[in-house]
Amino acid sequence: MCGCCKEDSKYYEPFEAIMSGFKGTESDLIPILQKLQGAYGYLPEDIIKRLSERTGIFVTQIMGVATFYSQFKLKPSGRHSIKVCFGTACHVNGAETVAEALCDELGIKLGDTTPDGEFTLESVACLGCCSLAPVMMIDDEAYGRLTPAKVRQIIRDFYAKEGKAK
Amino acid sequence: MKIMIGLGSCGIASGGLKVRDTFEDLAKQNPDVKLEVGETGCMGMCYKEPMVEVIDDSGFSTIYGEVSPEKAKEIFEKHIKGGKAVEESVVMKSDGTGAESNFITKQQRIVLSRCGKINPESLDEALAMDAYKGLEKALKNMTPEEVVAEVLASGVKGRGGAGFPTGLKWKFAAAPVSDQKYIICNADEGDPGAFMDRSVLEGDPHSVIEGLAIGGYAIGASEGYIYARAEYPIAIKRLEIAIRQAEERGFLGDNILGTGFSFHLHIKQGAGAFVCGEETALIESIEGHRGMPRMRPPYPANKGLFGKPSNINNVETLANIGWIIRNGAAAFAAIGTEKSKGTKVFALAGKIKNGGLVEIPIGATIRDVVFGIGGGTSSGKPFKAVQMGGPSGGCIPAEYVDTIIDYDTLAATGAIMGSGGMIVMDEDNCMVDIARYFLNFTQSESCGKCTFCKIGTKRMLEILERITKGEGVDGDIEKLELLADQIKRNALCGLGQTAPNPVLTTIRYFRHEYEAHIKDKKCPAHQCKALIKYEINPEKCIGCTACSKKCPVGAISGVLKSAHKIDQSKCTKCGTCLSSCKFGAISVD
Ligand SMILES: Cc1cc2nc3c(=O)[nH]c(=O)nc-3n(C[C@H](O)[C@H](O)[C@H](O)COP(=O)(O)O)c2cc1C
Ligand code: FES
Repeated sequence: MCGCCKEDSKYYEPFEAIMSGFKGTESDLIPILQKLQGAYGYLPEDIIKRLSERTGIFVTQIMGVATFYSQFKLKPSGRHSIKVCFGTACHVNGAETVAEALCDELGIKLGDTTPDGEFTLESVACLGCCSLAPVMMIDDEAYGRLTPAKVRQIIRDFYAKEGKAK
Repeated sequence: MKIMIGLGSCGIASGGLKVRDTFEDLAKQNPDVKLEVGETGCMGMCYKEPMVEVIDDSGFSTIYGEVSPEKAKEIFEKHIKGGKAVEESVVMKSDGTGAESNFITKQQRIVLSRCGKINPESLDEALAMDAYKGLEKALKNMTPEEVVAEVLASGVKGRGGAGFPTGLKWKFAAAPVSDQKYIICNADEGDPGAFMDRSVLEGDPHSVIEGLAIGGYAIGASEGYIYARAEYPIAIKRLEIAIRQAEERGFLGDNILGTGFSFHLHIKQGAGAFVCGEETALIESIEGHRGMPRMRPPYPANKGLFGKPSNINNVETLANIGWIIRNGAAAFAAIGTEKSKGTKVFALAGKIKNGGLVEIPIGATIRDVVFGIGGGTSSGKPFKAVQMGGPSGGCIPAEYVDTIIDYDTLAATGAIMGSGGMIVMDEDNCMVDIARYFLNFTQSESCGKCTFCKIGTKRMLEILERITKGEGVDGDIEKLELLADQIKRNALCGLGQTAPNPVLTTIRYFRHEYEAHIKDKKCPAHQCKALIKYEINPEKCIGCTACSKKCPVGAISGVLKSAHKIDQSKCTKCGTCLSSCKFGAISVD
């Protein structure tokens, strides 16, 4: 959903559906934000304002929570997410060199989105497949035993498959 | 015949779902073959995923490792149809034979007894292996005081890191009189290299639910929460299913098993903050706030969640409880050492040959785990150290490989038992870099409430970054030690109080590596990029061009059949050339 059709009541439909499942007390705040992010992909400013009006929880308090937890995003993400594992097992198997190659290949820093909106690159702690270290996940697919050369090839193949120029 | 496919996170990441689909398709195409396709959690041998277990009608089991869809077809043809095992892919059979049987036979499984054996989404399979028998015994034959006494007598200590006796904790939480109390399961598993709790939740969620219900009865809580890490979607899904099933069959909800005891369980998802594993921060988070720790006292046992008496236990601690009540405290206390009882689950990873989930009796040695079960280093290079306890723990060097794994012996080395992360390192790992890695983690996870942690860890990190960049100066080690001491003594919560441990243990055992970085500007493990240089030896280089083709940044030049050269200004030190040279012409120093 894009921000340009905000006047359209459809934009707020997911918001209303989510809010109908909660009483809106303080202890509901984190689950509500998780559901809103699930529906909108991130936490848009106007949704946060509307949430504040609805629940009576101050915007500052909502923002305090949203910025404290790393799960919450205040900016939209790319079409595909790349999660590079920085867990200990991956670290001792060379995750940093792999991440450097990935940043270089995509031309962005960790936490950023490529200008074409294709990829968002994030670091995570332990993806749970330490025996495949170093590991990254593109959307729901895990890629293991990575080397700098291998990650560059994976990204190039991905663009080639989508028929897009980088 | 029955076939079980291991679908823990590790199995799924390695392609287990495709293997399951292959078997399901084959079963459909061959209706004459009587085959039941089931799924299970992590069998423990993560290094051999995807894994499948074939169980014939007599109950004999054959476990296969590294099963691809093609391999699945072969197993179907030869073993399931033809009755002959595909020997080269067998990791273990139920008679104890098989190439990898050491990995399992050297373990002792209480917490993991059902993991990898049952379908985690089937309550009946869990019941067939004694789930909820402990709860039934507690509710029908014991008073809450007797339950507390039994847990106390078992000697079980908290598996979440601090190692506080669980029975004592329950006694404190049982004491206050209140209209409402809570029992909380800490499933936040924040150590970035650990996956024990996740595997238990994914493989046997009922064991944790049973432990919570027994604990609720013991302390007088009718409400429970499971605070689960948000990055564990499979675990959360299986917990939701398990809670629903337990409610339907009367193991949760009102009037459990007709005994009049009522207990309701809720799941709360974390949102990505390491500090929320600390119990008071966890409470803040459930209440909907920023997860910042509170001053203690008051302790949660008196004033916890929503201001009511609360008890918090780790996943693995709770998964022991059903077994203890069912088999009695004495049976549990018979395992382990004099002061530490029972077993401990470890997530064995890093530079290890056989990495995975390992449950050993407390009192085994590090050697038993790393070499006996883990098979030594994956690289075949000398074992250098093992890191235990993650960001709060420390590194134990190879000289201490015969150290006994129990709470007190490990604490004496400067490391801790921790929650169960065990990361093996070989000679290519730089110990200063490991210290920097963990401090970088704790520093960025510091919540910012107390100055010692917020600013102290930042200063320590700056020094470590300087050292690994070759900009260390005389006196840096002493400065690190001073800061570490002050942070340990003055930080508000366990995060800060333990954050210096990885630095202190590496200084204690690997001081010479720090000195090499600071004085000689060398990284003995050749890992710190600012201190190393890749070079081609023109005498040995035959000009095969392999390295220049592989170099991702085009830093290597040269023509066919003549010696090549690395442009140091372009080189990113990724090491690709070193691994591509077949003539040993590339060196790093
Ligand atoms: C920074 C920090 C992180 C922690 N993370 C966890 C965790 O992820 N899981 C856990 O069970 N305990 C964690 N703990 C320990 C808990 O505070 C608490 O001691 C534990 O959950 C109690 O359960 P137990 O007695 O069964 O071990 C953490 C403590 C600190 C200080
Ligand atoms: S540390 Fe990377 S998958 Fe576990």
